[in-house]
Order: sequence, then C-alpha cells, then structure tokens
Amino acid sequence: MNADLLVIGGGLHGLSAALQSARRGVSVILVERHFLGRHASGATAAGVRTLGRDPAELPLSLEAAKTWHKMNALVGDDCGFIACGQLQVAEDEVALAKIQARVRGLEAKGFTHEKIIGRIEMRELVPDLSPHCLGGAWVAGDGSADPHRTIIAFRDAALRAGVKVVEQCLLTGLQRRASRWIAETSAGVIEAGTVVNAGGAWADRVAELAGEPVRQSIRTSMMVVTERTQARVKPVVSSLGRKLSFKQTAQGTMVIGGGSQGRLASDRQSASVDFVALAASVGAAVRLFPALKGLRIVRTWAGMEAMTEDHLPVIGFSRKATGLIHAFGFSGHGFQLVPSVGRVVADLVCEGQTNLDLGAFDVERLAKERAVA
Amino acid sequence: MKYDVVVIGAGPAGMSAAIRLRKNGSSVAVIDEQHAPGGQIWRGVERNSGPVAEALGTDYRKGAALVQAFRACGADYMPETQVWQIEEGWNLFLTSGGKARRIGARVVLLANGAQERPVPFPGWTLPGVMTVGAAQILLKSGGMLPQGDVWIAGAGPLPLLYAIQLLGLEGRIAGFLDTSRKPGIAALTKLSGAWRDIPGLLKGARWLRDLRKSGKMVRGFHDLHAVGDGRLQYLEWQSAGERRKVKADVLLVHEGVVPRIHETMALGCAHEWNELQNYFTPRLDGWGETSKAGLFVAGDAGGIGGWLAATLSGEIAGLGIAKHLDVSFDAEGERHRAGLDKRLASARALRPFLDALYPPPTASIADEVIVCRCEEVTAAQIRSVAKVSAPDPNAVKAATRCGMGPCQGRQCGYSVQALVAEAHGIPPRDVSFFNIRPPLKPVTLGEIATLGDLEDAS
Repeated sequence: MNADLLVIGGGLHGLSAALQSARRGVSVILVERHFLGRHASGATAAGVRTLGRDPAELPLSLEAAKTWHKMNALVGDDCGFIACGQLQVAEDEVALAKIQARVRGLEAKGFTHEKIIGRIEMRELVPDLSPHCLGGAWVAGDGSADPHRTIIAFRDAALRAGVKVVEQCLLTGLQRRASRWIAETSAGVIEAGTVVNAGGAWADRVAELAGEPVRQSIRTSMMVVTERTQARVKPVVSSLGRKLSFKQTAQGTMVIGGGSQGRLASDRQSASVDFVALAASVGAAVRLFPALKGLRIVRTWAGMEAMTEDHLPVIGFSRKATGLIHAFGFSGHGFQLVPSVGRVVADLVCEGQTNLDLGAFDVERLAKERAVA
Repeated sequence: MKYDVVVIGAGPAGMSAAIRLRKNGSSVAVIDEQHAPGGQIWRGVERNSGPVAEALGTDYRKGAALVQAFRACGADYMPETQVWQIEEGWNLFLTSGGKARRIGARVVLLANGAQERPVPFPGWTLPGVMTVGAAQILLKSGGMLPQGDVWIAGAGPLPLLYAIQLLGLEGRIAGFLDTSRKPGIAALTKLSGAWRDIPGLLKGARWLRDLRKSGKMVRGFHDLHAVGDGRLQYLEWQSAGERRKVKADVLLVHEGVVPRIHETMALGCAHEWNELQNYFTPRLDGWGETSKAGLFVAGDAGGIGGWLAATLSGEIAGLGIAKHLDVSFDAEGERHRAGLDKRLASARALRPFLDALYPPPTASIADEVIVCRCEEVTAAQIRSVAKVSAPDPNAVKAATRCGMGPCQGRQCGYSVQALVAEAHGIPPRDVSFFNIRPPLKPVTLGEIATLGDLEDAS
C-alpha cells in the first residue's frame, strides 16, 4: 500500500487531519491499532470549551469554536453539539478572585469570549446549583457534543473524501528511505511521503520509531455516567480548583469528569478506575448539586491520553525527521480543538506551512537528550 | 477490615468453601445479595415449609442442612450486600443499607453463580413475558404462582423442573413450547457417562411424562412471537407450514444458564470459550484459581455444573485457598481422602449429555427485535454498525449505546457478540466480549462521594 500521507492513529485528531488533507487532493491512509475512537476520543466528556484555555491555545480554540457552530459544513453532521454554554463556578472568595483576574487579563489582550457573572444570573442559568457558589465565568457559545457521534461523523466524512482507513493495524516500524516513509504494520508495509503522528497516549512510541524520542506521560482521566434522569442541568459546569466537570447529556444521563486520575497498568496499555480518587470528583459534583446524591452510577472508566509537561499539545513538524508532522499531547483538553488542529495539520501537509504561530507547540521543548555514548 | 478470604455468593459453592476454610481457622467473610443464605437454588430454604417446600422437591430440601452448617461455621456473613468493585490486591467495595465501604482480603473467591441466557425474540420485552428463573424466584420467595393462561417456552432442565413444581402446587400450565432440538448423535455419544447418574436421568424422564399429562406440548415449531398491546395477549408461532395463535397472559422463557463473568472479565482474567454452550468461562486451574493469583472461582460461575458439583468445587476451592494461604497445608491429601474428585466426576456425569441435548439457540435474531433493553437498540441497528466497524463489540457499543445501560451488557453481551460474528462471517469465539466497566452494580453518587473518607478510616 502507498499514499501521499499516512496518518497514524484513528482518534479524532487523526481523522480530522486525514479528512482535511484528503479534501485538498492528497491520497491518505489512516491506520488504527484497535478501532476508531478506541481511547481518548471515545472516553472523553466531549466538552466544547474555550473557557479557561491556556492563552497559547486560544487562537486554535476560537477558530475551532466557530467551526463547531457550523460543524455540518465540515462533516455533514452537527456531531450532537449543543451550545448550552460552559460555566466555571467559584465556591469561595479565593476562587472568585482568580476567575476575575483571569477574565480581566483576557480582556486586556483583546479576548472577550469569557464573561463574569454573579450569583443571581448564575442561579437563573442553573437553578439546581448549591447556594454557596459565589459567581463564575460564563461562555454562552461553548457547550458539549456527543463523542461517539463525532467519531462516526468524522469517519464517514473521511471515507467520503477518499481516506483509506485500516483498523486493527499496529505500527511496528517507521523508516525514512529515499525521501519516502516505509511503515511496517501488522497489515503489511505502507509507503508514504508524509506521516502524521496522531498516536495519542502512544504518540511517544511513534516518535521514537521515527527517531525522535520525546518526554510524554499518560493521563488516565476518569469519567462517571449516571442513570438517566429528567433534564435539570443545561450548561457544562466546572468549579475552579476542583477536579470537576459536569454535564447532562441529551440522553438524560449525567456525565462527571474533571481529571481525577485512574491507575495506569504497568504495560501502559490500559487503565483502571480508582474509586477512592474518583470520590473527589463525585464529591465535588454532589457539593454543587446536592439533589443528585441518590442518582445511580451505571458506568465509570479511565481514558488514556498523552500528557505533556506543560499541558500544551505538540503540533508541527518534527525537528529530527523530514516529512513527519506531530499532533498529540492534548493533555485532556483536545476534543474542542479537533477541527482547527486538523486544518493546521492539513496546511502543513499540503503547503508546508500554516498561518498560526505554532511556537508554543514545538516538539523541541520535549526532546529527550541523547544518552551519552 | 482485612480478611484472609472474602467469598462472594452464599449459594452451594460459597457456603461449602466458607465452611471448609473456617475448619482451617481462616478469617472468612461471605457477601451475598439475598437476605438469607442458599443462593438461587436454595432461595428461601430456611423459611419455606409445607406444600411449597414439598413442591420444590428433595434437591431443594437438601439445602437446609448446608445452610445450617454455614450459619454455624463462624464466617462473617453479610447479607443484602452488593459488591460493586473488586481491585487486585485485594480490595472489595461494598454497599449495604445505603452505605458504601471497603474491605480487604488476601484471597477472593467468586461463587456468584449463573444467570439465565437472554435470548431476544419478537415481543420478549412485553410485560407478561419473563424468565422461568424469575418465576421460580417468586415461587421460592413467597409461594407466588403466575395467573391466567401460563405458557412456558424453552429448553433445558429448569423449565421442566419449574413446570413440575408449579403443577405440584395446583398451578396450571396452558402449554409448553419445547425449543430443544431432537437429540442427535452428539447427545447419544455422551450416554455412557450419563448412566453413572441413573437417578438423575430417570428424574428427567419423569418430569417430561408428568408434564405431557397436564398441558399442551408443542414441538417442532419456529418463529415465536409474543404479541400484545402494552402487555402480552397472544403467542404466535409457525408450525407445519401454518401460523398458530393462542391466548396467553404469561410467557415464561428459558434457554439455559451461563456463568456470571462480569467480575472476572472486569479484572482482565483469561477466559475460555465453551463450544457446546456458547459461553465464556474464566480459565481455572485444578483448585479453581483464575489467571490472577489469589482470585478463585467455584460453582456455576466457573462453568455450569449444577448444585452438587458446585458444593464439591466449593470444597476444592476451599482447600486450594487454604494452601494458597499456608503452603504447608496438605490440600492434595485432604482432597484425596475426601474423595472429592470422584464425587465431582459423578456429579458432573450428566452434564455432557445435557449440554449436547440442549444446545444454545442459534437462530439469527430478526432485525426488528430489541437486543439491548436498557438503551432500546435493535438487531438491525447493531448489524448496520457491525458491518462497517472492526469486529469488536466495543465498537458497536460506542456507536449504538448498546450495553451502556444499568445492566452493563448482562442482557445483550452474547447477542451482540453473535451479531458481530454474523456480520463479519467469523465464529463467535473469535469475537471478544464487551469491556466491563465498573461499578459491577449500580451505586449512587452520594455513596461514592463518601468514599473519600476511607483513606483515613482504613
């Protein structure tokens, strides 16, 4: 098999890069070790959030926000996106001061997407919220999507654009020879001019095969889903300083996450739920919404996702190998960025450059020093 | 609190293992969801008397002695308690009386038995359609009998046993739709083994004869539909080229039982595929230990064998666990002196015959049938996704929500596996099972929230 572009990793970032490259006339093969969306993309809470972003990510995030509001145009489906708003509450004066300082700082830089709201407005948005919450930051255009519907929409759009998707295909070798990449996989040898590394939690392995070892760890953020209940919480709610994100899905289930970490298996291939650690997120949720204490949990899981030291992704060309583009390390907040990062990666694939400054995402900052011989 | 051994399930296997381990002086906790010991087979055995106990039969009444011995054995018995998470090492998270807590163990024994194999067919989700096992629980729990035109559809020993129990209590059965196929060569080749348990075999023949006398016996039919507006009103089936229709108020279905595997699946134990009965069992060594050191399985949870085999495998697991806790313990000698292997072989003698006589249904599930009751996902929806996905039930789950409901795929797991196999033209054994996500049983947000205090308490 050969193609202009080989995308390694069938999560949403791999699919988005594959789709947007194929739309520009590039022939694309995408390989996925398990099935599409098996790990972080399928395990995400699917928050569509500009709120609280690192300023370095804001240009990408604000571009993506626009796309989410007309996702149909990109993939032919709205991906279950609902602009229900995202609310970050302050449960004490210290948290409130931090939120106010952040929003003022953003405004000074010309970013006006976050608004400060007070108690009364907040109670109108979320009547069930515990009265001890003092105020918060609000982005009305943020919201959440349906992760599985998003995977299917991006897959179907990629297939329509001519991307060849190979599932259950493990990458075992990657070598540059005569200005081509030779990828050895469990489905045979694949040749391509350019490779995109969208390997998620295992992107460091791909980078290493390509001769560019990087420092990367794995996040194992846990999620909780409850039984269905009547619609009562519209926005996605988080709490500054607490490991909590909380939303009610279109199906009526409550989804609670926020970064409590599960246990990573020693082989780094799976993660399991640590209920005592999870109690921090669930405890934060029932503090905000005491009325939900009796709701039954039906499922929990620990997703696996690449995490970098500075919690910023790696996006851009390899510093060591020609024709290798990285897109990984989203550190638990990559879902919203899927449309814009795919656009940027497609720029790099097709034009060799892009309009956004990718300096903060340079792989060089995570390069492992060569061992002394 | 840390025990030498925590046993999950107070049925024949769990009680036998606990009694054996207490003889060796181990500290033992036995956790069970019911309010009294006995498991499914001996549910209510301490309370039932008179005609109900009489109708439930001699095998049922045999349970009283074991329950009595278990009550006296000195194990910490925790009734009405659910185990919703097991962590290697071993920690068990429990809920009882609305409170969650955690206990530790050096060894865990899963003796949590079997569940009825769900077999979706048109109308199976209508009120009025239930399983024979559920009907038997009502019988054992309070002597309750189904009312109106009661039909039974299924195969295997349990529907026959229940029918006889029902008739013994003056209940009525309008008809029995026997879904078993004619015993083929495969069943006959197992007969030599079966003759070692002649009383068991004769009992089976007697059940059949009694039943034929009391109601309509229907064989050689297909395409059963349960029909009704809001609840069951009629049954329809195809027989000898004709569509038959009868009035029905209750339909009890049963297509055999399968081991409970959610716990061993969730823990990532190695499993094997039972080719005769189309179910997974955890891979066990000669003492019932799984591929995870310190995790044992006894009774039907390790493969369907019935109550007598369960008591014996419980005793064997008890010995194996005793040896695990103290390597100087002569488990082999005890096992030999008690003649456990010989007795177990005898208890299992009829099993190959039954397994061959009652193969699991293999008919393809019709497109319009709901496979996942929790999320109301039809066979057609699963097929359309399975065709375009990798042959993995988890891909179907992600795309359809099938198996995401409160039952955690206990109802739809094997059906989805079969549909994925069908879509890809591969045998079911080559298709994996759902990834099982904790909690093993629903637990409330409030209960989880209080777990944070555990670190200090323990």
